Amino acid sequence: MKLVIINYGAGNIKSIQFAFKRLGVDAILSNNPETIRAADKIIFPGVGEARSAMRMLKESGLDKIIPTLKQPVLGICLGMQLLCKYTEEGDTKGIGVFNTAVKRFSNVVKVPQMGWNVINNLKSDLFKGVKENEYMYLVHSYYAEHCDETIAKTDYGVNYASALQHNNFYGVQFHPEKSSTAGARILQNFLNL
Amino acid sequence: MLTKRIIPCLDIKNGRTVKGVNFIDLRDAGDPVELAKQYANQGADELVFLDISATLEGRGTTLDMVLRVAEQVNIPFTVGGGISSVEHVDALLQCGADKVSINSSAVKRPELVNELSNKFGSQCVVVAIDAKQINGQWKVHLAGGSIPTEIDLFEWAKEVETRGAGEILFTSMDHDGTKNGFANEALSKLSETLNIPIIASGGAGSVQHFIDTFEEGKSDAALAASVFHFGEIPVPKLKEALKKNNISVRL
Repeated sequence: MKLVIINYGAGNIKSIQFAFKRLGVDAILSNNPETIRAADKIIFPGVGEARSAMRMLKESGLDKIIPTLKQPVLGICLGMQLLCKYTEEGDTKGIGVFNTAVKRFSNVVKVPQMGWNVINNLKSDLFKGVKENEYMYLVHSYYAEHCDETIAKTDYGVNYASALQHNNFYGVQFHPEKSSTAGARILQNFLNL
Repeated sequence: MLTKRIIPCLDIKNGRTVKGVNFIDLRDAGDPVELAKQYANQGADELVFLDISATLEGRGTTLDMVLRVAEQVNIPFTVGGGISSVEHVDALLQCGADKVSINSSAVKRPELVNELSNKFGSQCVVVAIDAKQINGQWKVHLAGGSIPTEIDLFEWAKEVETRGAGEILFTSMDHDGTKNGFANEALSKLSETLNIPIIASGGAGSVQHFIDTFEEGKSDAALAASVFHFGEIPVPKLKEALKKNNISVRL
């Protein structure tokens, strides 16, 4: 199993790397297109601000490479949001794999959403063995609107897509690497795809 | 529904836990990683490590500890204590910390909050505020509560929110160590004035105190140390009790 975590300078990559290590898989950190293309599975992480993260992707040309990947790709948090068409954060055009837009939570709720919330309406092998309304750890101020590609839903002032899937592309808004044993199960499921 | 969080806080000196910790089933109660794993298994939602090392060497060992915690613990954690530069935060995040908390350094140089949230995102910037009441006014205190300032708690909290803090960790020096309950009046005022999550700290002594801070104090999370470390309030029992009182928790 050759697992590559795309390393473009955005986010807490160590935690993801360690989470896979706990599952017995040593992930490779790389921003090299050849290495990424040669992987069996790819993680597209992201923490921080959308506009600067997108700029870093463009500088390394990864924005063009990512949508052409054929193997399973898992976008996490901002990684998932950048795979969408557009995000209100910094008025940023995304990679556009997922056919939906990302909006800011309204101020009827505290922003960022920070902590454990449930995911339900689970529709994907990614959630095999994960029960409906399982708790996941989330930290975000922007959310993806529902579309045909929604594979998990969460409520926070609004009901939104906490996971998306389009062909070989998967995205989760929550942090499976920080979501206890249920999160580890999802990462294992991704490895098993 | 987003749940209320229960956060054990561990004081760290030279890479080891300090204060007595009375945990059974621990090979080494002084090892922060062992303790952290235990808390994660018990259902703690997050952890806070407060570095109280006085020396540079002592602080160096914290980075190594952060790395080991990130390696072995599968819930989020915050590191605080003596953090005053972007470089220091960068190193902690690189080692796998999810958030950092800053306190006195933000009061001395408020721009630090902007710098950190611009560079790393507000989600990882916790501003810790120690305050106590002087003539009926909540005043911010520095250096672990020992140095009073003229700064008003609520104004300061609002300012750090504007500057990009993602969360406030408010410790009432009037309540800390008393085991008489959290400062719920001030906490609920903070929660109503601000639109970022508020962590209550200082005063936990009973299960009822946690219920009160979530209901009356409108807190988003509650932090405590000794009641957890000495097994006075086991985390699973606390969460069961909160659930019975219709407070949303992760079980």
